[in-house]
Amino acid sequence: MEQTKKTWIDYYKKFGIYIFLAVVFVFFAIFAPNFLSSNNVINILRQVSMFGIVVVGVSAVMIGGGMDLSVGGQMAVVGMILGYLMVNLNLGIVPAILIGILTGCIFGSLNGILAIKLHMAPIIVTLSMMLVLQGVAYLITGGYPITGMPEGFTRIGQGYIGIIPVPVIIFLLFVVFGWIVMNKTYLGRHIYALGGNKEAARLAGINVDKLTIFIYAFTGFAASIAAVIMVGRTNASQPGAGSSYPFDCMTAACLGGISISGGEGKISGVVVGVIILGILDNGLVLMGVNSNFQSVVKGLILLIAVAIDCYQGGKKKRIK
Amino acid sequence: MANTILSVREITKDYPGVRAIDHLSFDVEEGEIHALIGENGAGKSTLIKTLSGAITPTSGTIIVNGKEFSEMTPKLAKEQGIGVIYQEFTLVPGISAAENVFLGEKTSKGIFVNIKERERRAKELFDGMHVEIDVSKPVRDLSPACQQIVEIAKAVSKDVKILIMDEPTAPLTVSEVDTLFRVVRDLKKKGVTIIYISHRLEELFEIADRVTVMRDGAYVGTEKIEDIDRKKLIAMMAGRELKESYPSRKAQIGEEVLRVEDLCGNGDRDISFALHRGEILGFAGLVGAGRTELMRVIYGADPMESGKIYIHGKEVHIKCCGDAIHAGIGYIPEDRKAHGVFLPMTIKWNTVINNLKAFSNGLFVDTKKENKAAEEYQEKFRIKTPSLEQRVRNLSGGNQQKVVLAKTLAANSEIVIFDEPTRGIDVGAKQEIYKLMNELAESGKSILMVSSDMPELLGMSDRVIVIYEGEKIGEVAKEEFDQNYILDLASGGKENGTNEKNMD
Repeated sequence: MEQTKKTWIDYYKKFGIYIFLAVVFVFFAIFAPNFLSSNNVINILRQVSMFGIVVVGVSAVMIGGGMDLSVGGQMAVVGMILGYLMVNLNLGIVPAILIGILTGCIFGSLNGILAIKLHMAPIIVTLSMMLVLQGVAYLITGGYPITGMPEGFTRIGQGYIGIIPVPVIIFLLFVVFGWIVMNKTYLGRHIYALGGNKEAARLAGINVDKLTIFIYAFTGFAASIAAVIMVGRTNASQPGAGSSYPFDCMTAACLGGISISGGEGKISGVVVGVIILGILDNGLVLMGVNSNFQSVVKGLILLIAVAIDCYQGGKKKRIK
Repeated sequence: MANTILSVREITKDYPGVRAIDHLSFDVEEGEIHALIGENGAGKSTLIKTLSGAITPTSGTIIVNGKEFSEMTPKLAKEQGIGVIYQEFTLVPGISAAENVFLGEKTSKGIFVNIKERERRAKELFDGMHVEIDVSKPVRDLSPACQQIVEIAKAVSKDVKILIMDEPTAPLTVSEVDTLFRVVRDLKKKGVTIIYISHRLEELFEIADRVTVMRDGAYVGTEKIEDIDRKKLIAMMAGRELKESYPSRKAQIGEEVLRVEDLCGNGDRDISFALHRGEILGFAGLVGAGRTELMRVIYGADPMESGKIYIHGKEVHIKCCGDAIHAGIGYIPEDRKAHGVFLPMTIKWNTVINNLKAFSNGLFVDTKKENKAAEEYQEKFRIKTPSLEQRVRNLSGGNQQKVVLAKTLAANSEIVIFDEPTRGIDVGAKQEIYKLMNELAESGKSILMVSSDMPELLGMSDRVIVIYEGEKIGEVAKEEFDQNYILDLASGGKENGTNEKNMD
């Protein structure tokens, strides 16, 4: 029996991200004032919760071999719809949320359907979708934000249960949900199969078209839940919201070990990736580093994460 | 006797576990059209690659124009005037014929390309070949024959002395073949030596001067074309002793399980056959004859245009692979690594993927059922592995094939399609796979087997169907098994193996 020799890459795949998390954490604990205060830790979690939900969705698409750049646009439009329904039309909170989530799922399915029926590359489909939705978000009110959400609704974004903010709880629930879908259900396995080898998946009897639409719908679902939190937290629907999401999400997912070519990666890794980015954002602000430099740091991290992924991919091919 | 321009001396090429070429020697004379033939896998392509410098022979020498080389490199081959036209064209589809002919060459001074000059020179070349080709048209808009001629012009423009053509007529229609032959004869008149590889034996009698036959990587013989007929050629290609032994089986052939009626699609036309319980039905044919295509249609991987499929006498409508699996059909694809298994995943994971819903409670995968199935098939198929958590990538070819088999049977297949079941598998593991196939047949499963390995086909099948250019050209029962006869049918001979032309 051949046994492949374990290299540092294998160890990196397994533990690298945790080591990285520890390094970042210790670094800011030492150099950033107030970083370790319980307030700040909860603050970090609250900051990443909305983002993390979207990353879980984007990760599912990426594991399935696709990509979704339209999540930010989806959030913006769903956010505007929520505000419009509740403030302008005085619709109840529950129906408004349901319609918002349904809209997100529809946007997602549309991505999937376009990618399949027109045989288009997901990156182009979702890039176009991103541009369209960003425009639509401004068109709904002519560019003005909608403010003054009903009281109960803002609790979703601002409330606490005990000392834990509601968004964090929703985030954790969503992570558990995503983890169960990806690891425990046959759908999750089919998604890994699809991303790992589309033709083999088709030959294994998997309805790859239906599955692809499902995954994009799932991502839309995640984006719409994030939109609910976003509107609740800021008490406003902003048409420009979520514009930095597409690439931040990819950064977190790649950092968390999701392979850009699909079929690999774990939800647990993704959560760590999300937290690392959260810590970086938070810690750099506390240290008073300006936002342009933060962007440089994020870019470099994405580069390194993807470079290691590709390096390993190249090596595997050579072995074959 | 003309000069010998190229001789191959004792060339051997070993790949891990197989010898693709075995001490092969032959000579090519200057200015002749020398045909090179042999069955699928006889080593023709490997030989061409050694001549073009694409691969390095393990041992032996190549003598070109009196100069001896122990290996070729693409650069050396070019310097010696060796040009190759591969089956897959190497043209850039979006640019003009003229640009393609002079691709990568500097035809004018400075950094600008003089397109008019290139077009004029390309036109000269084509005029010299007596063909009309619009040199300014993108090659994707040209017919396959014209593209082929552009390929030839590209080689000729580089001053080739020896032109190797690998199955040049495969994509062409009958009238296009005539044009191509005219061009080839023209080249011969100009003193170019041509090594011509073809599966279509009839063509050789039209175009070739001499023919060399290869079998299992070894040289069989060289004959002048006027001294030989189709029958003799077939005998030379096939005439091996069936020395490998195949395990015997005691399967009871029972009632009809699968019937295919007038199936059309994926390049195949009007194919009908029946498969019985416990039977192994072999499919013979040349590479590209449409056997794999047929299997993919039956399995729902490619669409069926018309025809009917019955399972146990009941018509089934297979629109996707899921339908086929549901109907009890399993498919073991030709390209195991690309289509058969998920390499980065574990044995366990692979075993249940084809029928995951059956191993789930509602949405959730039942890991107990999964483990049980994986253990059962590991034992049944003797998959050698330290653990079922082993990734399939780390298994040997034979064991990977067993995982594919496990994956197919764990989905309750009654009918198993084996497409080249032992390709790339070493000898010991082959026997294992044959034994497993026998065990399947004995347990009442039915097997469709596509194989380009003639001894395997004859050794394992109960019956053989021969496919030629998308059509069923014959059906041979076990009692009538005969290599020559089957090979004759597979290469386009009519029912009783004459050498009449069968081009249309």
